[in-house]
Amino acid sequence: MTEHLQNLYEVLSKVEGYVYPNEIELNWSILIVLYPYITGLVAGAFILASLERIFKVRILKPTYGIALLTAFSFMLVATMPLVSHLGKPLRAYEIMITPHSSSAMAIFGFVYLWYLMVVLFLEIWFDYRRDMVIWANGTTGFKRFLYKLLSLWTTDISPKAVALDDRIGYIVTVIGVPSAFLLHGYVGFIFGSIKANPWWSTVLMPVIFLFSAMVSGIALVMLIYIVLSKIRKQIVDMDCLDTIAKYLFYILIIDFTLEGLDQIHRIYVAEESFEALHKLVFGKLFYSLFIYQGLMGTIVPLLTLGTLQFYKPKAKIRRAIYLILPVLVLMGIFFMRWNVVIGGQLFSKSFYGYTTFKTGLIGTEGYLMAATWLIVPFLILSFLLWLLPPWKKIETSHE
Amino acid sequence: MNEDTTKLSRRNFFKAGTVLASGVAIASTLAPYDGLLFAAEAPGAKGKWYGIGIDINKCIGCGKCANACKQENNVPKDPFYFRSWVEQYTIKNDGSILVESPNGGIDGFKQSVPDGDIYKSFFVPKMCNHCAKSPCTQVCPVGATFETEEGIVLVDETYCIGCRYCVQACPYGCRYIHPEKGTVDKCTLCFHRLKKGLQPACFEICPTEARIFGDLNDPKSKLNYFLKNHTCMVIKPHLNTGSKLFYNALTPEVR
Repeated sequence: MTEHLQNLYEVLSKVEGYVYPNEIELNWSILIVLYPYITGLVAGAFILASLERIFKVRILKPTYGIALLTAFSFMLVATMPLVSHLGKPLRAYEIMITPHSSSAMAIFGFVYLWYLMVVLFLEIWFDYRRDMVIWANGTTGFKRFLYKLLSLWTTDISPKAVALDDRIGYIVTVIGVPSAFLLHGYVGFIFGSIKANPWWSTVLMPVIFLFSAMVSGIALVMLIYIVLSKIRKQIVDMDCLDTIAKYLFYILIIDFTLEGLDQIHRIYVAEESFEALHKLVFGKLFYSLFIYQGLMGTIVPLLTLGTLQFYKPKAKIRRAIYLILPVLVLMGIFFMRWNVVIGGQLFSKSFYGYTTFKTGLIGTEGYLMAATWLIVPFLILSFLLWLLPPWKKIETSHE
Repeated sequence: MNEDTTKLSRRNFFKAGTVLASGVAIASTLAPYDGLLFAAEAPGAKGKWYGIGIDINKCIGCGKCANACKQENNVPKDPFYFRSWVEQYTIKNDGSILVESPNGGIDGFKQSVPDGDIYKSFFVPKMCNHCAKSPCTQVCPVGATFETEEGIVLVDETYCIGCRYCVQACPYGCRYIHPEKGTVDKCTLCFHRLKKGLQPACFEICPTEARIFGDLNDPKSKLNYFLKNHTCMVIKPHLNTGSKLFYNALTPEVR
């Protein structure tokens, strides 16, 4: 008997009440938890970068380049959890060449490509073109070749050409903000449009996904900035961190309000599925929803960030807070995705019972695979930071 | 003063009359869509338009349909993969409901509730509803699952990428991922048998004729006779899937 079947027999023995026989197996596993998580990090990091670029929040300058490269690194990996969970991964390209027009999922490929190629790639390229030309002249060997290749052998770094780069980069960013909204709002729509599943089927889902994406992306950039400064033995810019924390606070409030609204609405209208979902929330999802997502991932950060808006402790203490809070927030959003994706499959659509989540360490849907797709973006980011260090760029004012 | 009121009320009368008349006019254009029973509107009067009838009063829970389906269609034998299965509902005297389907009912049923505690008990065979507005077909990102002209929902397994979105979208739990093929699998209404003029396996084997299969476009079909003479309902009508699986004696606790 295969390990997969063994797992299923074990799950069968743990089924509570009645579930349709085909529902014993959880079809979307931990990899599909990662997919909205990673995409959310991309959208969030990009929106933070665009705050500096479009909305001219100059104080965020130290994180602009980091945010862009972070978004790009995670974007490159965003589809991998999806593809590796397919039953037929080698047919994945079909979604691009024969998309089914009525399917929400079919649009993913296009939204993804648009965002990756047109928005992120172009923005980074125009932002770094001049620096790549200069760096190519200052290096030798492979690295020089790489810079030449990446800058497409352009050499014009006259003020006029650089001004044009900056202008195009700005336009791309302007297009990028709605695109980032589209990308992640759309991921929420994939779940929100499934009328068969009352835990997913809410019109708020795209908006909730969008704001939770911003929360997670901002927290990630905050964390990476602090850790990078430590590694580079540089002093962190506290004004920048305070400002990021302020934005994180505002968006966390919106996110919390939206999710709260969703739950209050569910409780108040108490539809057919209410009893089944109520039992789910206070049973199998209790820790992941109330403790990890709610208390540690939302309430504690909200209260801490809220307090910091009125009372500013010493920089050293704030720095420690800014190191711990993003970790909590990132964990909270991870469990938010978990509660949506896994939670939505734990109860039967008959509302008569519950199945159990079980996955192994190894295998295409195992924890190791999931961990891989979480680690790879950081490796890509390390490479990109080595190749395109934002701190070695020539200062431009982005006017 | 009196005159004013008359004028006003006359105006109101015309207003209300117009609203009512246009309401009726709009409603009459919508009339073809109003039938709950035939929420599954046939694409045209020509050709066959298959539907299914199941008489809950006649099902004895022998599970032969579920077994025949597995044998006919090479469905994996493990109890997690079913194109067709039978559920046993037991409503106890205290009002609580017990639903069971050990191995999809293939090995038959044993009543676990003592006779004295049972208010009523019955069996409900389940299978793909072959919806006319099937959510599973809607969500397939590559169009590997489709509805045939005869109203049967099929999957092209040489094309399916195994993303499992359709499994999530089916409100009735009728789809599973084939463990060896990695693609989705579901009831085909024994399409291969239909093409030979045979009945689907689960219909042919039913010893009590609890399952009726036929052409909804044919007014003289056995299925239409069954629908006219029984009070039939579909499961989860509020989801508006255009289900074409009609149950006689369906009660609200069946979901």
